[in-house]
Amino acid sequence: MLRYLAPLAIFVVIGVFFYIGLGRNPNNVPSPLVGKPVPTFSLPSVTNPSETVSNSALAGRVALVNVWGTWCVECRHEHAFLVELSRAGMPIFGLNVRDDRAAAIDWLDRLGNPYVSSGFDPDGIAAIDWGVTGAPETFLIGSDGTILHKHISPLTARVWQDDFLPILREHCGASDCPFLAAVGGR
Amino acid sequence: MIPEFGQLALALALCLALVQGTLPLVGAALGRADWMALARPAAAGQFVFVAMAFGALVYAFLSDDFSVLFVAQHSNSALPVFYKATAAWGGHEGSMLLWIVVLAFWTMAVAAGSRSQPQEFASRVLGVLGIVSAGVIAFAFFTSNPFMRLIPAPADGNDLNPLLQDPGMIFHPPTLYMGYVGVAVPFAFAVAALLTGRLDKDWAKWTRPWTVGAWIFLTAGITLGSWWAYYELGWGGWWFWDPVENSSFMPWLMATALLHSLAVTERRGIFKSWTVLLAIAAFSLSLLGTFLTRTGVMISVHAFASDPTRGLFILALLAFFTGGSLLLYAMRARNFEAEGGFKLVSRESFLLANNVLLVVAAGVVLFGTLAPLIVEALGLGTISVGPPYFNLMFLLPALPLVALIGVGMHTGWRSMPGDALVRRLRVPAVAGVVLGIATPFVFFDTASVLTVLAVSIALWVCASSLLDPIRRLVYRTGAPLTRGQVGMHLAHFGVGIFMLGATVTSAYNMERDFSARPGDTIAAGGYEFVFKSIREVQGPNFVAEEGEFELRSSGELVALLNPQIRTYQVQGSAMTEAAIDANGLRDVFVALGEPLGEGAWSVRLRVKPLIGFLWIGSALMALGGLVAITDRRYRVAARETRQGAAQPAPGAA
Repeated sequence: MLRYLAPLAIFVVIGVFFYIGLGRNPNNVPSPLVGKPVPTFSLPSVTNPSETVSNSALAGRVALVNVWGTWCVECRHEHAFLVELSRAGMPIFGLNVRDDRAAAIDWLDRLGNPYVSSGFDPDGIAAIDWGVTGAPETFLIGSDGTILHKHISPLTARVWQDDFLPILREHCGASDCPFLAAVGGR
Repeated sequence: MIPEFGQLALALALCLALVQGTLPLVGAALGRADWMALARPAAAGQFVFVAMAFGALVYAFLSDDFSVLFVAQHSNSALPVFYKATAAWGGHEGSMLLWIVVLAFWTMAVAAGSRSQPQEFASRVLGVLGIVSAGVIAFAFFTSNPFMRLIPAPADGNDLNPLLQDPGMIFHPPTLYMGYVGVAVPFAFAVAALLTGRLDKDWAKWTRPWTVGAWIFLTAGITLGSWWAYYELGWGGWWFWDPVENSSFMPWLMATALLHSLAVTERRGIFKSWTVLLAIAAFSLSLLGTFLTRTGVMISVHAFASDPTRGLFILALLAFFTGGSLLLYAMRARNFEAEGGFKLVSRESFLLANNVLLVVAAGVVLFGTLAPLIVEALGLGTISVGPPYFNLMFLLPALPLVALIGVGMHTGWRSMPGDALVRRLRVPAVAGVVLGIATPFVFFDTASVLTVLAVSIALWVCASSLLDPIRRLVYRTGAPLTRGQVGMHLAHFGVGIFMLGATVTSAYNMERDFSARPGDTIAAGGYEFVFKSIREVQGPNFVAEEGEFELRSSGELVALLNPQIRTYQVQGSAMTEAAIDANGLRDVFVALGEPLGEGAWSVRLRVKPLIGFLWIGSALMALGGLVAITDRRYRVAARETRQGAAQPAPGAA
C-alpha cells in the first residue's frame, strides 16, 4: 500500500508549492518596496568596469530602473520600447542580473543601449535587495528617491500608457520631468 | 444576440457534461444499462453545443463585433480575415474554448470507437471524460467567459498581438491542443481500469491507438511551434526552454514513455500499474501546463493571463483530477500486480530503461521549470534557471536513451542471447561510430568530443533502424514487417535524424552581426551577402522597412532575401520578419536590426547547417506513429471483440 501512496505524496508536496506560489504571485501582490526608498546599491557598470552605478546616480531625478539579462527572452521583447523611451528623453538605468559581461555588451551594441548606465550584478546580490523575482522588471523611481511603481513582465506601450503615465503625471512637478511631453504624458 | 446564444450553448454543454460525468459512472457501478447508455448521447449533445459556442465566437470575430470584450481585445477591423478567425484562440478565453472543443471532439471519437468494448468499461471511460469536460467548461464559464460584453462598444479593436499574426497561428495551437487534450483519453482509460479493477492485455490494446494518436498531434504541434518560433520570432533559435514550451514538452516525454510501456503491457501483461501511473502523469502534466500558462505563476512570453481566481480554479482542478486519480491508484493498483519475468537482455529490459530515462528527462525539465517557484515559496530568494541548466541536464538522460534505441528495437521479448545481438548490430554500430567521427571533420574541420559522441549516436540509431527494412526490401529475408514495425523503424529513424540536426545546428551555426549600408557586400559563413537597398512597404495593418539582399556563393546568385521590420499601427509595436533561404542542408537567415543612423543598419546573418533535419526528423516521428496506428491488429482486435460481444463476454458482467 505504502509504495502505491508515494505518487500521491509527491503530488501533494508539489501542489502545496503551487498554492504558495499562487498566493505569492508577484504580479498580483504589490511589491513591499513600493513607497519605500530605493535600496542602497553600488555596482560596477556593465560597459565600463571602473565606473560605479549607485544611488547617487538616481538622486533628485525621476527615472526608470530596468532589470534585464541577455538570458531573458522577454527582455528582448521590451528592448525596442525601452530604446524608444530613452530617445524621447526618459532616463533609464539598467540592472543587469546574472549575466555574462561580454554577452551583455554585445547585446547593447547590437540592439541599442537605452540605459544611462547599467549596473553589473552577476550573482544577483543587488537584485535580492531590490526584491527582483525575475526579468524583465521595471521600477519607476521618484525624484525624492522612493519607488513609485514596480512592473513585472515586459514593458510595452500599453503598460506604459495604463500604468506608468498616470503615476508620472501625478508625481511630476514643474521642473523634474522635462521628458514628460515626449513620452506621451501631456 | 449571437454571443448570448454562444454563452447559452456553453451552459447547456456544461449541463450535458455533468450528465455524462455522473449517470454512466453510477450506472456502471450499479450495473444499470439504461444509465450507462446515456454516455454516448450526452457526449454527442455536448459536442454539438460546444461547437455552437465556438462558432458563435468565430462569428463575433468575423463580423467585427467589438461589443464583445474578447473580440475588442484581440481583433481589429483591418486584420486580415484569416487572422480574424484564428484570433478566436489568440487569447486566454478563446484558447480555453478551443481546449473544450478539442476535448469534445476526442470524446466523440472515443464514443464512436468504443462500441466494440464492454459497455461497462466504455461508459466509465466516457464518464471520466465527462468529468474532465465539466471541470474545464465550468472554469471557462465562471472565470474566463469569452462572450463578456463591453458596453459601450469601442469603434475598433485593439488588434491581435503581432507575434500571433502569422500562418503558424492557424495550425500550431489547434494541433498542439489536439495532443495536449488528447492525453485525457489514455487518462480516462486508466481511471476506468482503476474503477473496474481490471487491467489486461485487451485494455492495453484499446488504449494504445489513442495514446499514439494524441502523441502524433503532440509531436506535430510542438514541432510546428518550434518552427514558428524559429522563423517568426526571428531570433534564429528553435528551442528556448521557456516554461510554456516545457509544459508541452513534459507531457510529450510522458506520452512517449506511456506508449512504450503500453507495448509491454499489451504483449506481456506486465508493467501494469506503471502504465497507469504514466497515463495519470501525462495528463497531469498537461493540466499543469495549463496552470503554468494561464495563471501568470511563471513569467513567460506565452503567459497571456494572470488572474488569481483562475489560478485557484485550475489548481483545484489539478488537485481533483491528479489527486483523485492517484488516490484511486493507491487503493487499487495492488490488483494489477502481475506474474511474468524477463531476462536482462530482452526487449522488456530496454523498454524499462526507455521508461526510466524518459521519466528522468521529464523530471529534469519539471524541476528546472518549477525550481524558481519552489525556491521563492521557501523564501530562499529568487533564482532563474536557463538554457545552461537544461542543455546539460537534459543531455544526461537523453544521450543514453537514444543510444539504447538502436539495441532495444532488435532484442526479442523475454530473453535474447547476447552474441546473436552483437552479431546483428556490429555493422550499424561500427558504421555509426566511424561516420560519427568522420562526418564532423570532413564537413566542418573541427569537432568536440560531445559533438562526435552525439553524431555517432544519431547515425547509429539511423543505421540500426534501417537494418530490418533493408533486410526485408533488399535481401528479401526475414518475416514481412507489420505496419507497427514499419512505424517503429520510421519513428526511430526520425529520432536519429532529429538528433543529427540538433547536434550539427548547435555545434556549427554561424552567427554574425554587422553594421551595413545599402551597397555593402559582406562575406560570412562561405557566402557573400550583397545589401542592395532598403525601402518602405505598406502591409494591411503595418508599415515595414524592407531590405533587399542578394545571397551569393562564389559570385553566383543563390537567392534574393527580403527581411522586414514591421511596425503594427494599432499596437505601435515593432516586429522583425527574418528572411530565410532553406535548401534542406542549411538555412541562411537574414534579419534587420536597429537603424544605426546615417543610412546604416545592423544586420544579423546566420548560417544554420542541417536545421531542416529537426523538422524532418520530427515529421518522421509523427509519420511513424501514423503508420503504426493503422496496424492490422487494432482493427482485428476491434472486429473480434465486436463478434465476441454476441456471447456474454467474461468482462462484460
